[in-house]
Amino acid sequence: MGNMKLTLKIWRQAGPDAKGAMVDYPVTDISEDMSFLEMLDVLNDKLVREGKEPIAFDHDCREGICGSCSLFIDGRPHGPSRHITTCQLHMRKFKDGDVIHVEPWRAGSFPVIKDLVVDRGAFDRIQAAGGFVSVNTMGNLVDANAQPIAKQDSDKAFDAAACIGCGACVAACPNSSAMLFVAAKVSQYALLPQGRPEAKSRALNMVEQMDKEGFGNCSNIGACEMECPKDISLENIARLNREYLGAEWTKE
Amino acid sequence: MSILDAKVPAGPIEKKWSEHKDHIRLVNPANKRRIDVIVVGTGLAGASAAASLAELGYNVKSFCFQDSSRRAHSIAAQGGINAAKNYPNDGDSVYRLFYDTLKGGDYRSRESNTWRLAEVSANIIDQCVAQGVPFARDYGGLLDNRSFGGALVSRTFYARGQTGQQLLLGAYSALMRQVGKGKVKMYDRHEMQDLVVVDGKARGIIARNLITGELERHGAHAVLLCTGGYGNVFFLSTNAMGSNVTAAWKAHKRGAYMANPCYTQIHPTCIPVSGDHQSKLTLMSESLRNDGRIWVPKKLEDAKAIQEGRKKGSDIPEDERDYYLERRYPSFGNLVPRDVASRAAKERCDAGFGVNRTGEAVYLDFTSAIERYGKLEANVHHIDNPSPEKIRELGMKVVSEKYGNLFDMYENIVGENAYVHAMKIYPAVHYTMGGLWVDYNLQSTIPGMYVLGEANFSDHGANRLGASALMQGLADGYFILPYTIADQLSSEIRTGPIKTDTAPFDEAENAVRERTDRFFNTKGTEPVDHFHRRLGKVMWEKCGMARNAAGLKEGIAEIRKIREEFWANVRVPGKPNELNQELEKAGRVADFLELGELMCMDALERNESCGGHFREEFQTGEGEALRDDDNYAYVAAWEWKGDPGSEVMHKEELKFEALKLSQRSYK
Amino acid sequence: MARQGLFGSSLAKKYWMALTGLFLITFLVVHAGINAMIFFNDGGVTFNTWAHFMGTNLIIRTMELVLFAGLILHVVDGLMLWKQNRAARPQDYVFAKHNANSKWYSRSMGILGTLILLFLIVHLWHFWVKTRHIAGSMELYGVDAAGQENLFALMSDVFANPLVVVVYVLGCFSLFWHLMHGFKSAFQSLGLNHPRYNGAIAALGTAFSIVVPVLFASMPVSMYLGWIK
Repeated sequence: MGNMKLTLKIWRQAGPDAKGAMVDYPVTDISEDMSFLEMLDVLNDKLVREGKEPIAFDHDCREGICGSCSLFIDGRPHGPSRHITTCQLHMRKFKDGDVIHVEPWRAGSFPVIKDLVVDRGAFDRIQAAGGFVSVNTMGNLVDANAQPIAKQDSDKAFDAAACIGCGACVAACPNSSAMLFVAAKVSQYALLPQGRPEAKSRALNMVEQMDKEGFGNCSNIGACEMECPKDISLENIARLNREYLGAEWTKE
Repeated sequence: MSILDAKVPAGPIEKKWSEHKDHIRLVNPANKRRIDVIVVGTGLAGASAAASLAELGYNVKSFCFQDSSRRAHSIAAQGGINAAKNYPNDGDSVYRLFYDTLKGGDYRSRESNTWRLAEVSANIIDQCVAQGVPFARDYGGLLDNRSFGGALVSRTFYARGQTGQQLLLGAYSALMRQVGKGKVKMYDRHEMQDLVVVDGKARGIIARNLITGELERHGAHAVLLCTGGYGNVFFLSTNAMGSNVTAAWKAHKRGAYMANPCYTQIHPTCIPVSGDHQSKLTLMSESLRNDGRIWVPKKLEDAKAIQEGRKKGSDIPEDERDYYLERRYPSFGNLVPRDVASRAAKERCDAGFGVNRTGEAVYLDFTSAIERYGKLEANVHHIDNPSPEKIRELGMKVVSEKYGNLFDMYENIVGENAYVHAMKIYPAVHYTMGGLWVDYNLQSTIPGMYVLGEANFSDHGANRLGASALMQGLADGYFILPYTIADQLSSEIRTGPIKTDTAPFDEAENAVRERTDRFFNTKGTEPVDHFHRRLGKVMWEKCGMARNAAGLKEGIAEIRKIREEFWANVRVPGKPNELNQELEKAGRVADFLELGELMCMDALERNESCGGHFREEFQTGEGEALRDDDNYAYVAAWEWKGDPGSEVMHKEELKFEALKLSQRSYK
Repeated sequence: MARQGLFGSSLAKKYWMALTGLFLITFLVVHAGINAMIFFNDGGVTFNTWAHFMGTNLIIRTMELVLFAGLILHVVDGLMLWKQNRAARPQDYVFAKHNANSKWYSRSMGILGTLILLFLIVHLWHFWVKTRHIAGSMELYGVDAAGQENLFALMSDVFANPLVVVVYVLGCFSLFWHLMHGFKSAFQSLGLNHPRYNGAIAALGTAFSIVVPVLFASMPVSMYLGWIK
């Protein structure tokens, strides 16, 4: 067992329509080898034993790839370290005696379901509006190597495709804009020949859905890029700006 | 004749699948619109099956417990996906992939299924590239391949260390396309609680809406379980926290046989346990073994000194290091299959040679690789007489390019720089080869219920090769099930929509409700995790990397005791009709507590060692697994008889026509 | 509200913001260039010559209308963005460290813009309204050495008031921060982002953001301190 003592200030909210508030929780015996979520496990274990409601939070793979975890820790999405998700954050980043605020992602388009759990269904709906290549499952497609793709383009497409859909970009953005998420998806396909045939409709439809969901507007502040656990570049947003402009200009 | 009919088509093995496809009954497009299919799980198998079925015209309802279908645990697969494309021209073929998979599985898989998997593997790559999956490419713009986990050819396609993510997001995009079209209705944050069987056929499920807690009835003409593996029965595993056996277990209780549940894969390269708080274990990609060398000290006193923190790995001179894999398996060295590598690590640590505080870790050392790459780079850059520092610097750059993200991840978790200090690794539960029994059509013993991906037992035998899980998930979902399911659905075109206000639905929903009430009414003192941890410890010690009859019997007794205590003393706070994560866990752990016993029973019954199942009583003089083909070349399929522990075993004899059985050797 | 097409979508708003912003930047170049004629220190003759040209040339006068349209579009578009962005987060964070991931001025374009707008109202009242719209208001200042209408004298008069000088310097300060974000942001909004040129754009943006406001601010200061007569 470790010996760190911390004070957590955690957002508690009983349900979507309930009023929430920050509640203080002192925790003791925290080891620096624990992950942040394991520290919350310890707290929840204690709460259950005391007959209290444990804190609800989203998490699943706990290795930084599923995109489930989503906490605004100490004033920043996924906490103080760059390029990692909350589940990869370890307690050695904190000091004995620290006071740590923990809040859910805050955006009108990500309504709180309970405590620290929010509804990110808007991302799925944006994806369903155009985040795909319209190719059915086929047993006799052309060979995968029939069309070479420049390594540079393929690598850039991968960089964009690394997005885990966690929503940290929205959480970080003072405008609650979802542009980095949308731009990453649009870019991945725009950079690959397979995605070009639908590039125009994809950009238009995904942006339309993004706007419908009520996200804010991108004003190039750049907080999203700084907080993105997968280091998705603002270059993708510029690419979306180009793609969309071209699509609007030439649509029939 | 066994009561299990695998329905393997007749004919030579290379013709079975195409002949079978040619003769499957079809459903005409207009009639597909009248047929509903439920797909539970949105991993590679579930997402690809749901998308493909919707494309064909069926009405699909897709379920996942995560907040989005994009988060299924397939996403965490790192290394790659195998396919018999033979792009590198190094002699690969369908036959070789089939051979490697069957041999790797220690000849405990169904030959025809394994062949089919190898046969459709090439299509998967074509499909994924067409969907815009950004696989790694070489400078000529063509797809790159690497060798992986015990294969002698390079047939693994990859997308950096995130192949699972890219493939899953490809399948997810296909699924979302159908959601957008209205052909798939998506139910996320829903967890299947029971299977509904009407007149002997799977006709629907009871699902809990995890936000409102409401129990919902969903009817369909067929139900697909694509719900992944049950490695979390061990509490600590590389699985996601939510990965569970509930859907499969409930189906088992409704009549689906559970096959080879004891076949568990322990992955050799994971980050060791750091303390009691540990909630999960993190895998370090197997690809690291391509360049890292695994060792422990030769001398026990050195190991002791390291365990007590008096020495570091770097203090041990080269000739006092035991590169035990290279020593024991000179031809495969550090690249032996996972089960072999894991057992060898356990053997050394059990003998006292472990290299961390708990004595449960071995070194994975990149010093040699850094030096080798450094010298190569110096040559490439025409640097004459480079200093050792320069070589190290150049070499580290290469290693960082190849594995940088893994080294970063390691440093995040352990707080140690693996370029300087050799990485410490230990085996951890990773994958379950066992699962629900299915026939050649992927249909379970309940007509109308199909099982895909890791949730079924079929293709990997007693041990799965690296980069084959992704292959199987997508093969099942894209290229096998959409064909085979038509055979049964063609007889459903006049059935009409499945009504959910019938007695079987009432009965199933009530059963779920009663169990939920029982959780709350127990009003005990211990949280769910308390029991899960204890179960995991028993499973790891008694039914883990090495098993023996006495231990398994003890394990069964201990599990029964934990199960009793669970039902007497578990505390589930909150209410049923709200988002209640403790209730979710309780339901999953209750099922693990029953599954664990069956796994021990299965392991106890199988008096041989094969693949991931290593019985200490059955080993060669050199400590290798000793198979018993005369008595155990069968699939053990367990039938539920009303109570845990009372299951009855049925055998599907495995017949090998294309391959001769031989002792597996990687020496 | 329809949020679609080249007028309503969130991206369209960015394009308009960027285009009008860049247009206003070109205006700043012209404006600063002409005003800098006062530094010839010739009693305002060169300056007045150019001012006269600008005030009477038909093309320039037409462009003035376009300029106002651009300014209004920039302001209205900005206000709409500000309103929508506020609405997108109905419940704000209790504790947030915005400075850890972004610059305060990038987050404050609305406020900086509002300050500039307030300054502009004062500025327009001082010069544009008086010279163009109140008949006879310039007679007070007579003519310069070359016999031209003496806008220079008006400037000297206005900038004799220290309070006005302070307001102008503050206005230039707001402009500096506004440009620090706005200049390169306009390029990004129009998709003009390339790893090879990003550095150059950012450097140009910073240089511009410093040079132009400093030039502007130096005018009232120099006149007040009597460096220019």
